[in-house]
Amino acid sequence: MATPVMNQAGDEAASATRTVTLGKSLNLGLRAAMEADPKVIVMGEDVGKLGGVFRITDGLQKDFGEQRVLDTPLAESGIIGTAVGLAIRGFRPVCEIQFDGFIFPAFDQIVSQVAKLHFRSQGRIRLPMVIRVPFGGGIGAVEHHSESPESYFAHTAGLKVVSCSNAVDAYWMIQQAIRCDDPVLFFEPKRRYYEKGELDVGATPDPLFSSRVLRTGTAATLVTYGPSVKTCLESAAAAAEEGTELEVIDLRALSPMDLTPVYESVRKTGHLVVVSEAPEEASLASEIAARVQQECFYSLEAPVLRVTGFDTPYPPSKLEEHFLPDLDRVLDAVDRSLGW
Amino acid sequence: MSSPEQWTHPEPGVGPAATAAAPTAEQVIAGLRATSEGGPELVQLLTPEGERVPDSRWDPYVADITAEDLRGLYRDMVLTRRIDREANALQRQGQLGIWVPLLGQEAAQIGAGRALKPQDMAFPSYREHGVAWCKGVHPTELLGIFRGTDHGTWDPIAKRFHLYTIVIGNQVLNAAGYAMGQRFEGKVGDDDGEATMVFFGDGATSQGDVHEGFVWASVYDAPLVFFCQNNQWAISEPTERQSRQPLYQRARGYGFPGVRVDGNDVLASLAVSRWALDECRHGNGPVLIEAYTYRMDAHTTTDDPSRYRLADELEAWKLKDPIERVRVNLVRHEHADKEFFDSVQADADQLAAELREFCVNMPDPPRDRMFSQVYEEGSDALAAQRDAYLTYAASFEGGEH
Repeated sequence: MATPVMNQAGDEAASATRTVTLGKSLNLGLRAAMEADPKVIVMGEDVGKLGGVFRITDGLQKDFGEQRVLDTPLAESGIIGTAVGLAIRGFRPVCEIQFDGFIFPAFDQIVSQVAKLHFRSQGRIRLPMVIRVPFGGGIGAVEHHSESPESYFAHTAGLKVVSCSNAVDAYWMIQQAIRCDDPVLFFEPKRRYYEKGELDVGATPDPLFSSRVLRTGTAATLVTYGPSVKTCLESAAAAAEEGTELEVIDLRALSPMDLTPVYESVRKTGHLVVVSEAPEEASLASEIAARVQQECFYSLEAPVLRVTGFDTPYPPSKLEEHFLPDLDRVLDAVDRSLGW
Repeated sequence: MSSPEQWTHPEPGVGPAATAAAPTAEQVIAGLRATSEGGPELVQLLTPEGERVPDSRWDPYVADITAEDLRGLYRDMVLTRRIDREANALQRQGQLGIWVPLLGQEAAQIGAGRALKPQDMAFPSYREHGVAWCKGVHPTELLGIFRGTDHGTWDPIAKRFHLYTIVIGNQVLNAAGYAMGQRFEGKVGDDDGEATMVFFGDGATSQGDVHEGFVWASVYDAPLVFFCQNNQWAISEPTERQSRQPLYQRARGYGFPGVRVDGNDVLASLAVSRWALDECRHGNGPVLIEAYTYRMDAHTTTDDPSRYRLADELEAWKLKDPIERVRVNLVRHEHADKEFFDSVQADADQLAAELREFCVNMPDPPRDRMFSQVYEEGSDALAAQRDAYLTYAASFEGGEH
């Protein structure tokens, strides 16, 4: 693992803590990565002049030029397929897929080439590329703009998959993903783009492929990632008011997963609820449940419960509040676990 | 009833547009004839009878080809065919799981392959054994893919020959990206410039990735030569099932030149490929070449062409054999004697023997190989899975299981 990008100038202003949104933090992280390595290029639909539909790449083309920030033709397979060739050539492409539901035209290139070329070439070809995907629901969007397709990619050997949940992690994780010599799917919780955090660019980040305990508790464990992290923290705060202390773990790395802190937590609490927006069947939540029962069988005092989206296509947005796990559904699951 | 031309060659502005998606029986027959003829725009420098045809546009690109060079091209084709036949036999004898024959496509591939300069990159599909030969990939290095021991053992970066790509059309986008990189790095613009050539078949031209590759290469002015070997058949489907119009004419719609070359004519393939690569290395890419050829054998060793095509068609194409016309030309001009042909045959036989010897002695890969190089930076979870399996597998050793 390469050393995380640290603040280069060393000036006092740079190391001061500042309040930034998750989206701005990604923008700052991308900028830092591009400054640190001239081989880093950003490519995608509308990422240049417009700065991306969520403005994550705002200002980058102006400062780094059209050959490092590419407004691409409108074809997702083309974005990923050409990024593969650019990576073979020695570039470090950071591709933006505009919305989760638009990644599927690129699915073939991701699964057939991105995931397999390193293995196929016995390591002679490296593909240090990042595929950024704004994902998840909760923004009142039309169809194909609210999906959680992460398990498809976690299921595919050869890919690494991460998801940031907050502004501070966003800054570090995007840089770490870009410096990673394996291809990384980077899932961004789009409904949390405007959540703020206190960013200290002089700090030392955790390793990319590590989960983190965000809140300690003894009654039950909540494991989650991406947009559901905030939901779980709010649930834990509400439970605490009633005297129930929940432990909240942000998975961060979805493939490979760092479940050691989860096992330790479950051995302490005996209760586990996994929370994710993705549909339940064959999901990451299911994978976590399987592994925890395997590792912590005698510590569990109740079955692992999953609070997820339903096994339906993503519904019209007027119904999404029922589809998405919320505080009440999380706490209901906690109650069921504790009352088992 | 519409004429055959209305279906097979719907030239804009020349006669009515195609009137039906499916051809009539007469049109099929006419189409087959048109197929084997190649049309009036076919670039040909060496006729099937071995006669050198002057061509003011293309001659300059092969003006430097001496008799010795032509003998070299002949030797390349004979050796490539011998490798192909030996590997086909190895499959029949159970030494390979499958083989993908290139029989009949030697001239297209050797012409293109010999046009590539050392700095040029090539992206093959899975039938480019002749291009591999030109790029210095030894035929033994191709075997593992088809024996099931590996997915390709050559170094694609050092050889400038990418690994075989089996998913139809994927490599066209990968090549477009690579060529974009050549341009971004300022490696195009003069005689020493770099170019990329990507190989695919007539069937692949229906793939979205190929169309997207055309778009990307054109809007980024990528130094990319699209080398389409139209061997008339995508397994069982004729080219007419992929396109209403000749494939090389598609380039026009994307804004770059397209040329149809006689893919059974190694000189023409060399000339057109050199021109196209020159255009690209000077910054005038991309270019599409449709090498008009014929798959003389099956799609793969699992295929049975007798179910979908007439033996007559094969017989007609045998008369256009890519190797025979060069041999006739060499003999006619007394540029080669019996000693030469015998020595080439001896070299071919020796190479085939080496290939066989290598193939039958290939060891199976160690069982832990499947866990290696999945990731550049590793994965603890995968390492744990590997260790658990190896421990389990070791428990059988020395036992009676």
